[in-house]
Amino acid sequence: MIETKTGAAVEFRRLRREFGEVKALDGLNLLIEPGELVALLGPSGCGKTTALRVLAGLEQVDSGEVLVDGSDVVGVPANKRDMGMVFQAYSLFPNLTVLDNVAFGLRLRGQGTTTRQKRAQELLELVGLDTHAKRYPHQLSGGQQQRVALARALAIEPRVLLLDEPLSALDAQVRTQLRDEIRRLQLRVGITTLFVTHDQEEALSIADRVGVMKAGRLEQCDTPAALYARPATAFVAEFVGTMNHLAGTVTGGGTEVDVAGQRLKLAEPGERPDGAAVRVLVRPESVTLEAATDGQARITDHSFRGAVTRLTAVLPDGTAVLADLPSLAAAELLPGSAAAAGFGSRPVLLAADA
Amino acid sequence: MTNKWGRWTVLTLFGLYFLVPMAASVEFSLRDVNDTHSFASWGKLLDEPGLFETLGTSLWVAAGTVALTLLIMVPTVSWVHLRKPKLRRLMEGISLLPLVIPPIVLVNGVLVVFADAPEVINGTPVILVLEYVVLALPFTYRTLDAGLQAIALPTLVEAARSLGAGWGTVLLRVIMPNIRSAVFGAAFLNLALVLGEYTLAGILLMDTFPVWTVQTGQSEAGVSVAVSLFSLFVAFLLLFVLSVVAGRRRLERGIA
Repeated sequence: MIETKTGAAVEFRRLRREFGEVKALDGLNLLIEPGELVALLGPSGCGKTTALRVLAGLEQVDSGEVLVDGSDVVGVPANKRDMGMVFQAYSLFPNLTVLDNVAFGLRLRGQGTTTRQKRAQELLELVGLDTHAKRYPHQLSGGQQQRVALARALAIEPRVLLLDEPLSALDAQVRTQLRDEIRRLQLRVGITTLFVTHDQEEALSIADRVGVMKAGRLEQCDTPAALYARPATAFVAEFVGTMNHLAGTVTGGGTEVDVAGQRLKLAEPGERPDGAAVRVLVRPESVTLEAATDGQARITDHSFRGAVTRLTAVLPDGTAVLADLPSLAAAELLPGSAAAAGFGSRPVLLAADA
Repeated sequence: MTNKWGRWTVLTLFGLYFLVPMAASVEFSLRDVNDTHSFASWGKLLDEPGLFETLGTSLWVAAGTVALTLLIMVPTVSWVHLRKPKLRRLMEGISLLPLVIPPIVLVNGVLVVFADAPEVINGTPVILVLEYVVLALPFTYRTLDAGLQAIALPTLVEAARSLGAGWGTVLLRVIMPNIRSAVFGAAFLNLALVLGEYTLAGILLMDTFPVWTVQTGQSEAGVSVAVSLFSLFVAFLLLFVLSVVAGRRRLERGIA
């Protein structure tokens, strides 16, 4: 019933865009496979929204190419690009009913009243709002409005679906629900999708691949699992997931690092000379804590989260360390007790600035 | 309770301030010889030559002013909001100029500028339309500015663009319907201005309704007051019709 021109391939080539002194895009390269959902993730001002708006035609580039199915669309105005876009909020036309909002793009494409109303109704069914067709946007909740916006974007059978932080104005529960729904719809329709967000959990849970951006460039673009397990740079490591920062010293000819008397393997050896003071990045699940009366670490917080328990321990030098332990193993580690801390199970990265 | 009483007192005082002179005028316009009352003055008024011609001219000028104002100002103010929001202050300043510049200067300026213009403009009320568009600028700009400020203009425009709307469609289908009350407000103000403006029309020797009102009123006291009331009544009627039209549209949208 719902068909789209499935799977346009999108490619950004050396995109550059400056706003005065600020380089919003600094040679951005990105390839999105047909039917793939790629999330662009990064701190505010990293250029992720600019990249999406460039693809939509709402922003110009200073140089570079934007290829959709192999042809450059840089000179094509926004209204000729066939991009379905969902904005952060308040993008529904207040003067039109829900049905007319969804049918808006079809009307511009010269479809007759019956055809476009039928199709708009189908799309509203798809997002579960077919009973709200006659309402006006101000009569809907935020989550419902975003569903309508999604239906409206999909109605025109766009080549690419662009989602510009569509969930950030919603409250937590609705956000998770709609996030899963967007993914379900996207897989069903099979449309190439670019999703921009600053929320790492959102990006990791919805995307085929996540592109982490920093200062107008792509730091790494990989599957959520790979991004988490094998971050290419310290920036990615710190931005995705939670990280502990530990003071350490480089040893072993630049291949290892000494943290509180433990020798840890470096994931990227040889970058710093022996003896250099560094900050070592360790994930909470890589930290081990064992109850030991002569242990150097002192437990300060114990937060039960179901299968895992997050513990906070303070090291002798005053550094607070987060550790995720299976709840059974953490049962005895109550605040005030002493423990031995271990960091060594996996190769570690060094923070960029130390 | 004191609050409520205070409110009613103020309302009553203001009501009296506006209504007493009007009631007195009505009474005066109905006076006849020997302390009797009749419609004699009103009868004479309708017999005066030129009533419908000048009223027609004024309505024509009003329509032209409203149309030209909206044609120029809606796209301009929208563009400023979308692309040059920093210019809003400057625009506001410029739009206030017609309030500061004396009408006689305005007239002379227009006459000089259009001295070589074709006769369609110079010898006809078209020149009044051009003047009134400028004269109404302070009201028009502020009304449209407030209307555009109240909607999420950039997002709505971008949404429409991405759905395939060209700039004309954006203007007519997205911007206009969503600032409808501001557009009607601007139209009200234009209409009220045109139906009450005497100075410019008088200097330019145009036979508009306000000019006719003044000329006719000079003949006889009773007629003069009847004429003033009549022009008030015409303005009320037109504004009422406009607001009913605007109100009905809003009801259709389900917004009370």
